[in-house]
Amino acid sequence: MTRFIVRRLLGAIPVLFGLSIILFCFIHLLPGDPAAAILGQHATPERVAAMREYMGLDDPLWQQYLRYLNNLLHGDLGYSVINNQPVLKELAFRFPATIELTVAAMIFAAGIGIPLGRYAARHAQSWSDGAVTVISLLGISIPVFVLGLTLQYIFAVKLGVLPAAGRIDPRANLEIRSNFVLVDSLLMGRPDLFMDGLAHLILPAIALGSIPLAIITRITRASVLDVTNEDYVRTARAKGLGERRINARHIMRNAWLPVVTVLGLQVGGLLAGAVITETVFGWGGVGRYVVDGIGNRDYFVVQSTIMIFAVVFLVVNLLVDILYAVLNPRIRYA
Amino acid sequence: MAAPTATIAPTVETRASRGLWGDALRRLVRNKPALLGLFFIIVFVFAAVFATVLAPYGPLEGTLADRLQPPSSEHIMGTDSQGRDEYSRVLYGAQVSLVAGVASVIMGVAIGGAIGAAAGGIGGKVDSVLMRVVDVMLAVPGILLAIGIVAWLDRGLPQIMFAVAVVNVPIFARILRGSLLSLRESDYVTASRALGAPGSRLLMRHMLPNSLTPLIVAATLALATAIIDVAGLGFLGLGPPDPRTPEWGTMLTESTKFLRVAVWLLIFPGGAIVVSAIGFNLLGDGLRESLDPRMRR
Repeated sequence: MTRFIVRRLLGAIPVLFGLSIILFCFIHLLPGDPAAAILGQHATPERVAAMREYMGLDDPLWQQYLRYLNNLLHGDLGYSVINNQPVLKELAFRFPATIELTVAAMIFAAGIGIPLGRYAARHAQSWSDGAVTVISLLGISIPVFVLGLTLQYIFAVKLGVLPAAGRIDPRANLEIRSNFVLVDSLLMGRPDLFMDGLAHLILPAIALGSIPLAIITRITRASVLDVTNEDYVRTARAKGLGERRINARHIMRNAWLPVVTVLGLQVGGLLAGAVITETVFGWGGVGRYVVDGIGNRDYFVVQSTIMIFAVVFLVVNLLVDILYAVLNPRIRYA
Repeated sequence: MAAPTATIAPTVETRASRGLWGDALRRLVRNKPALLGLFFIIVFVFAAVFATVLAPYGPLEGTLADRLQPPSSEHIMGTDSQGRDEYSRVLYGAQVSLVAGVASVIMGVAIGGAIGAAAGGIGGKVDSVLMRVVDVMLAVPGILLAIGIVAWLDRGLPQIMFAVAVVNVPIFARILRGSLLSLRESDYVTASRALGAPGSRLLMRHMLPNSLTPLIVAATLALATAIIDVAGLGFLGLGPPDPRTPEWGTMLTESTKFLRVAVWLLIFPGGAIVVSAIGFNLLGDGLRESLDPRMRR
């Protein structure tokens, strides 16, 4: 098992290395003088000169790359040209908001998608199976922003039962410690703020979780159907085992594998979707940060956020691979 | 060795095969969801091609006096904040989505297909290097990659097409490589290799034509995501540089400001995106089922 983990860890290194080269080029191949491009047209010559110095633009390209890599490994992700704050600091502050949203979306997607897929598989070819298929088709066909705006319109504007945007009531004086609203409100001993945070989380989580929900439902249904037709399930039934036991011990244990893989793959989609969801719901996370960064031509912000998202994505995929190997011993020896 | 003379008589009378595509077409026309998808696509393409004829007004034509009017006989989808006819703009928006969606998928198939063909056809070091490149591209989640590219290349329709194409490249590359790899060991490829066919002929004449079906299915499904991604970029403010361009995503951004008073600005462009995405998803699923009947359940 350790060998498997080490091998997978080593496999991630060339990917990160390749990505660092591309992201380095992203900034250094900006048209014209990169320093001037980063600072924008209103920058004074002094600031441009300082930026050229910081980026070492007069050095050979390979030296610049090594310096970039060195900075990256030391956690220096550059500075935002808008407020001159270190990008890493801002990312660290905003990341909990994005994690809170993506975890909630994943709980929604898996919590509904897996039971729904199992139900559809058990009632295959019935009208309820058809309904589940239609739901999953809609899930993958409705963009996050269309669903998000529709939910806002129905539940916030028309019914007024849920807040339209933000992470918490702006009048609530929440003391920010971890920047997880749900955690901070509990740390303050304020269940009312916890409930308010939860209410703010519902619509964005549904919007973001709709695509994973559709995919998880489909895969669970297909996987359960596949296993249900296996000989050993028929044998189990023939020897008189109860349905519940067959489901738990024979069907689900084998049906989990593809579902786990898809759960992991959805994390990338969730991070990408978070960029749009956070824009729709005014959610102060990393996704919003990168969109604002693009609007402001804040290149270090864009470059670093992409890098961080890729690292998170790789780490999650690694964890999924390990979980997969735990669930399926054949993988370890492949 | 004597040739075998005995033949097994078929127990069930089967209809004569019309070849892979003939059989697939026969199954496709019996697949109702796929036909519904095809219908949606035809409506979408028709709207795009005949927008100039179908639209009662120009896409930029409108006066502030007519702003934010609800749907009526004069403006069946209402008007936007500039008094422009929403129906006409949705029709012209179909042109942008169709051109950008199709172009980006064609570009993605061409680049991804070339990478996949080189990796799966040549194998060895070329395969390892190309697959590492694909891994790097896959490490950046979908639309974020497109956002990065548009941020870098600046806004514009060609940039959007390229960005969405790049998102699809690793997917197509992997699919083509996968099916080429499985074909490499098949009996007929081994046979032609044994007969002395050169590598390029093996790849072009024997392997590629037989590995295109999964690519075609993936390309159809990718059209749905391409339309959504193009609109997503527009929604994030990375759409065509002229903000007046009737692009569905950009139109939705405007709807956010008027959600309380003009919900039709959300319903119609949003509905157009959803209907065209459903169309390509249904057709793609149908194609997959008809090209590979084992997929059917």
